[in-house]
Amino acid sequence: MTPETTNFVYVTYILSTPEKVFEAIIKPEIARIYWGHENVSDWKVGSEWRHIRANEKRDVQLVGKVIESAPPRRLVISWANESQKDDPSKTSRVTFDVEPQGEMVRLTVSHDELEAGGGMEKGVRRGWPLVLSSLKSFLETGRAIDVLAVPKSA
Amino acid sequence: MNDANPKADSVFKALGDPTRRALLDRLYERNGQTLGELCADLGMARQSATQHLEILQAANLVSTTKRGREKLHFINPVPLYEIYERWVRKFETQRLRLLHDLKKQLEGDGK
Repeated sequence: MTPETTNFVYVTYILSTPEKVFEAIIKPEIARIYWGHENVSDWKVGSEWRHIRANEKRDVQLVGKVIESAPPRRLVISWANESQKDDPSKTSRVTFDVEPQGEMVRLTVSHDELEAGGGMEKGVRRGWPLVLSSLKSFLETGRAIDVLAVPKSA
Repeated sequence: MNDANPKADSVFKALGDPTRRALLDRLYERNGQTLGELCADLGMARQSATQHLEILQAANLVSTTKRGREKLHFINPVPLYEIYERWVRKFETQRLRLLHDLKKQLEGDGK
């Protein structure tokens, strides 16, 4: 029996340009401000990417491959905990779609092929809304949310 | 600060209805449902469910994707975080700071 998987779709509208939104995802010096992490890669299809905590220890927390890259509109990456990267059942997929809508940008993050009920699902459910609202706040006002300061359980 | 924010208005309006909150709860339990599944679950007519889902989508609390001929509905909590930031966390900050100071005192300055 193949394990059950689940998926999530998150959408946010940001007063910005597709280029700025795309850069905010792939440029470490921007991501560290609103995400507390850097996404590091050359962003070529087939390359590895790493999600690195932006502190002194620089833990590599997530890794994956670039599956599709069409800046500034679309980026598809695989996504796994560093410690579980060799287990295909623990590897999921994230798609960023960036569409201009008038003066706004519609950013859709689809997280697919997640193991249902697993730790990653739990992290993703809590993490994406926070990261996306921090990104929106940062691009619109210059102020990010300190995503690492929000209590894990109230 | 002027708080005229049409987007926040649409979120509060969307949440101000028990049927729409029930729809969000159902999607929280199981994400990516079709209109038919949501109707069956809540014992609702399609037309009524469609209207409520439209209001939720307009507030960006529900997003949809197509899978073949079916449309799947996903809960999108991003706007709730924006409201949390604006209307909850701001008022919590002082309390959290006091707790933080207390924790530091009790644990000693371990740094």
